[in-house]
Amino acid sequence: MIHSFLQNGDSAVTVQFKNEISREVNSYVTSLCAEIEQNKIKGVIEYIPTFCSVSVLYDCTLISAKKLKSKLEKIIKNIKITSSRKAKLYEFPVCYEDCFALDIENVCRHSHLTKDEVIARHSGRDYLIYMLGFLPGFAYLGGMDEVLATPRLDSPRAEIFEGAVGIGGEQTGIYPVASPGGWQLIGKTPVKVYDKNRETPILYSSGDYIRFVPVSLAEYDQIEKRIKTGTYEVKVTEVER
Amino acid sequence: MIEIITPGLLTTVQDFGRVGVMKNGFTQNGVMDRYSMTVANRLCGNCDNAPVLEMTVLGITARFTENAIICLSGADFGAKLNDKSIRTNKAYRVNSGDVLSMGTAKNGMRSYFAVSGGIAGEYVFGSASTNLKFTFGGYCGRKLQSGDVLAVGSGAFPLGDVEKWEIPENQYDKDAVLRVALGPQDDMFTDDDIMLFLSQKYEVTAQSDRMGIRLSGEPLKSKSGMDIISDGIVFGSIQIPNSGKPIILTADHQTTGGYAKIATVISVDLPRVAQLSAGDTVKFESVTVKEAERFAKKQKRFFDNLYMF
Repeated sequence: MIHSFLQNGDSAVTVQFKNEISREVNSYVTSLCAEIEQNKIKGVIEYIPTFCSVSVLYDCTLISAKKLKSKLEKIIKNIKITSSRKAKLYEFPVCYEDCFALDIENVCRHSHLTKDEVIARHSGRDYLIYMLGFLPGFAYLGGMDEVLATPRLDSPRAEIFEGAVGIGGEQTGIYPVASPGGWQLIGKTPVKVYDKNRETPILYSSGDYIRFVPVSLAEYDQIEKRIKTGTYEVKVTEVER
Repeated sequence: MIEIITPGLLTTVQDFGRVGVMKNGFTQNGVMDRYSMTVANRLCGNCDNAPVLEMTVLGITARFTENAIICLSGADFGAKLNDKSIRTNKAYRVNSGDVLSMGTAKNGMRSYFAVSGGIAGEYVFGSASTNLKFTFGGYCGRKLQSGDVLAVGSGAFPLGDVEKWEIPENQYDKDAVLRVALGPQDDMFTDDDIMLFLSQKYEVTAQSDRMGIRLSGEPLKSKSGMDIISDGIVFGSIQIPNSGKPIILTADHQTTGGYAKIATVISVDLPRVAQLSAGDTVKFESVTVKEAERFAKKQKRFFDNLYMF
């Protein structure tokens, strides 16, 4: 697989595979991470996998960038792609109404679609979770309808509410907690995808799938109440990857 | 025990932060200024990673209910022990009943308080650092309040003559020079923009916190927008959002981000980033990674010798 090394000061080396969001490229990311776990290179502190890159953080007093890159080079040459497996599909209710969809007009303008069309295209498919990052439980999803791709806001919002569903460039996802962020907001889910008091704080893993199911504001309120009383369960089914 | 009489503006329990959690999207947290934390810990006989208090702009007033050895480092907050001025980067013996009172930052931004044995904090994912956003770790996952009582750990080095344990105080100029290595996405910018980035004096804005330091100045324009496919972020990454104004990402930074990163502050200059306050100016100076590695090794030797009094 073609790759290049990008330098992050004396703190990290980023292995950049082909600069695209695809299942093939992402499978190299997953495999490289597994290899890094196995090889235990002296001086490597941790790593951050993304769609098409892995940032390897290291202690530059223990290993130089040059040496680290040559070790990674050898590992990448010998990568074997991990075989397919069963995955889970999570269905999250999303309310796309105006009170939550603060930037849906931007998406409509950019895509030349009506609100209903944007909602239909956004909710009408299953998204693969390529990676977790940015926030606890923030899932980077692949497979969004290209027509919906809208650039991020010029200046990030100081705070985006928990459960917000947004579009950032060609990516879409859910904000698991309130956070600053630059995505175009198009809806909100009442489901807590991250809850530190739950047995599994983060519901899903990379490799699983997410589907957005549109609900009205009334349905949203009802689900939110059921979540509070502990009587709501997210629909999960097993699917072929 | 240490009783907090007044908590200061933003005082939290921190150590070096969480290691190995970024792959799950969790922030590292930890002190902003690792240099000052290490100095404070070493001078009072602790291991480097013992939890300390990080104070921001305004410090604490606290009463000790047991004898201890303490050390302050970082910015000068005009600290007094029972109304007698004490300095930073020097260890002091305190007795039960003594009161430490700190004022506001005279230079820099953050002060570090270490006590022999370390502050006893709640450990989450291997660190006692406070995660303010998700309210876990440290002291109840939050900043300190009046009336909080902090326990002190045990296991510090036995010490001889504490008064001899000192090094010169840290100096913070209002005009900071930060050394950076260009990349990872410097190729997204024109040569003119790289020149502008390395030649202009930026100003630190008040919209700066433990997540990042926001700078103002003449905006940069990338060749084809600032958006990238999100990749990993480190402490010191310099992001250029679409506004064209740099953000230096710090201790509570997100693990990944989708804006181009023009350069990265080298590790030995990160403690200086932690001490930037609104109105300070920043100039970036480009160095090679090899030079950065040399500086880091030199600083490591300095710390290795810090026990040798």
